[in-house]
Amino acid sequence: MSDIAPAIELVGISKAFGPVQANKDISIRVMPGTIHGIIGENGAGKSTLMSILYGFYKADAGEVFISGQKTEIPDSQAAIAAGIGMVFQHFKLVKNFSVLENVVLGAEDGALLRPSLAKARKQLKSLATEYELNVDPDAIIEDIGVGMQQRVEILKALYRQADILILDEPTGVLTPAEADQLFRILGRLKEEGKTIILITHKLREIMDITDTVSVMRRGEMMATVKTSDTNPADLAERMVGRKVLLRVDKVPAQPKDVVLDVRDLNITDDKGVHRLKGVSFQVRAGEILGIAGVSGNGQSELLEVLGGYEKATGEILLNGDPIDLTGAYSDGQSRRARGIAHVPEDRQHEGLIMDFTAWENTAFGYHHDPKYQRNGLLMDNAAILKDAQEKMGRFDVRPPNPLLAAKNFSGGNQQKIVVAREIERDPDLLLVGQPTRGVDIGAIEFIHQQIVALRDQGKAILLVSVELEEIMGLSDRIAVMFDGQIMGERLPDQTNEKELGLLMAGMKDGEAA
Amino acid sequence: MDAMPKWADVVLVPVVSLLLAAIISAIVFVAVGQNPWDALKLMAYGAVGTSDFLGYTLFYATNFIFTGLAVAVAFHASLFNIGGEGQVLLGGLGAAIVCLYVPLPHWSLALIAGATAAAIFGALWVVIPAYLQARRGSHIVITTIMFNFMASGLLIFFLSGPMKPIGEMQVATAVFPAATHLPSLHDVAQMFGSEMFGRSPVNISIFLALIACVGVWALIWHTRLGYEIRSFGKSESAAKYAGISAVNITMVALLISGGLAGLMAVNNTMGINSPQLVDNAAGGAGFIGIAVALMGRNHPVGIVIAALLFGALYQGGAELSAATSIPVQIVVVIQALVIMFTGALDEMVRAPIEKLFLRSQRAGE
Repeated sequence: MSDIAPAIELVGISKAFGPVQANKDISIRVMPGTIHGIIGENGAGKSTLMSILYGFYKADAGEVFISGQKTEIPDSQAAIAAGIGMVFQHFKLVKNFSVLENVVLGAEDGALLRPSLAKARKQLKSLATEYELNVDPDAIIEDIGVGMQQRVEILKALYRQADILILDEPTGVLTPAEADQLFRILGRLKEEGKTIILITHKLREIMDITDTVSVMRRGEMMATVKTSDTNPADLAERMVGRKVLLRVDKVPAQPKDVVLDVRDLNITDDKGVHRLKGVSFQVRAGEILGIAGVSGNGQSELLEVLGGYEKATGEILLNGDPIDLTGAYSDGQSRRARGIAHVPEDRQHEGLIMDFTAWENTAFGYHHDPKYQRNGLLMDNAAILKDAQEKMGRFDVRPPNPLLAAKNFSGGNQQKIVVAREIERDPDLLLVGQPTRGVDIGAIEFIHQQIVALRDQGKAILLVSVELEEIMGLSDRIAVMFDGQIMGERLPDQTNEKELGLLMAGMKDGEAA
Repeated sequence: MDAMPKWADVVLVPVVSLLLAAIISAIVFVAVGQNPWDALKLMAYGAVGTSDFLGYTLFYATNFIFTGLAVAVAFHASLFNIGGEGQVLLGGLGAAIVCLYVPLPHWSLALIAGATAAAIFGALWVVIPAYLQARRGSHIVITTIMFNFMASGLLIFFLSGPMKPIGEMQVATAVFPAATHLPSLHDVAQMFGSEMFGRSPVNISIFLALIACVGVWALIWHTRLGYEIRSFGKSESAAKYAGISAVNITMVALLISGGLAGLMAVNNTMGINSPQLVDNAAGGAGFIGIAVALMGRNHPVGIVIAALLFGALYQGGAELSAATSIPVQIVVVIQALVIMFTGALDEMVRAPIEKLFLRSQRAGE
């Protein structure tokens, strides 16, 4: 044992929410000046553990030691006082404030703002040189990119004299290049003696920058190992509890006729911002076209137009016939009638009604289907229930209880309900947005297999994902979107993450090659 | 994670709310120098003690079923129609016009024609607020409450001018022709040789109310429209994804809501002992409907039970102030307490009970 006290030591932490045991007797030690990764599937209890450390939740049992001192953390104020800083997945910034104002917010010295701001400005300058964290202090948050915004969050923590920095899924919104930059900063922070806890579900990040890694599964700490002593397959197996296929198993595509032909699609929103700028592409029967890109570059709008709930100008042909983009048939019902099925990006706000039961959700969007009607007037609830039961069986939804409300299923099982509903319509074109966001590894494998199986039946599939790994593994062709445009198309076996990353960052096709 | 059991949600929460209201009411009675237990007994007697009193209770309950359903239908679309008062008044205007100016030979025809007119007028009164909500995003709460004032003014204009019989002092229409007077339940009872319900105004509209309950139940849980209304009410963004038109659903749900409120006027005009339209024909039922819908969890069965309770409270309270020196204002305070606890403060009672249940569930693990 070394004689230095760990920066953080958690002993026997337990926390339950109702019947769910989110954390079970968790103990962990993080040594100062290291980067410690915590990896686990959604719902494994990572965020709960960190929320306890940051004073958002009170643990039912267990103790926290900071630098060897037993510490009570009843609220986030106490956590900050103890030198803990947190960078949330969803930034907590005031969008119309400047960087400086955001850094000072909540840490003002007195009733007057001016002296605090002046002090903060000086501090920011020294932090910037010390950690290579350059940000213009007078820039307004909404004008700077997500990577910059994340730096502001880190600066906020450092300004509050954090020695321990917790980052929750920090790369979810970043391009690969931005992520690399972040990792450089984290490395620099480590050199300066800061302790970093990185929560993620991406194996690659763990392997790249952490010194030690803890694996969590279903509220329990499965193992803490030196990163150099492990490998991705081993970690994945510990996360899921069984061997997992990290690569998607599929035969080469057999593309046939063009099913979807998008020509010069444009969207200008209410504020006059160009969301889509002349987007054109084709998807053939029997192939998966993957659209890569950092979130917020027009992919969502593209799916919404195709799904029938966003207006656009331009032309879309389905099986050679034009689709109504603005008129009476530019709604989701008409799209479904034309054979377009849609697994939306946001299953909690679009794909499902969380308060509805699983069986009610099975008919969602297809509630006009004749097989769900009893006569002209009434719906055949019994038929929907039966259909739901069968679908849940085929797609291995757990628990297989169609009477349960959607919100009571895990993310992966919710997604299976949506995927089952859309795939089993036997569509000509399947739109899939972020099919595995917030889905556990076991379900990811299953959902990917279903998508590939649909492709092999000769259907056209448009896949939008911000997970580059998913795009690379699943697509037969890849198009990269940036700022509402398609920057270029690549074949997955003739490109790499670096090249795609450059296109995602807005590099022109020729420049990136 | 999990919710508390359904019986606690549907039964326990309202019962606790009522108990709290009763406790504070008791304090109020003590403060005005009355024995709360005696007052409670008197109120209960006044509500159901004689078949006459029971008849009045049922009469008021009929009103509250209609307005409760009206609020509930809108609520399923996540729309808060608090314009029941105005829609009832307009419904009354529709019924009055039909009864006074259309020659109707029999009460059955009058019921059909009157109910249709009342529903249409009630629905029409919500067209503008509904349109403004659906197309312009003007909040339905603001617009419908303004329309209550306009309805009240409009009605007074008609009842003190064009529709007022010459030589009458009252702000009311003429008494409707006898053929449009709906049979009272007393009339029905007499056919079976009973004198049940005596002079009370409870009439066959109560069956219309129960039919409306079945209709709303079928609409909300067994039709495509109801499915779309509930989808839209639970998640606007998901409804958009599914291709459910927000504008259509907002319009249709509010029109149905307005129509149901309008229907109440049948009971309160064609059903009363002297069938006519008076200026305060709504009598606050539009607002009580909000409490009824909340307490009844927007389900027709719950609404019927809550409406009976409020009917009893209304009638029992009236008897209480008639039979004792307790001022009528105190009775209004009691009613307000019940509405406040079961309606507005519902969440205050629900949250701690829910917490208790979750804790005991966890302890049981």
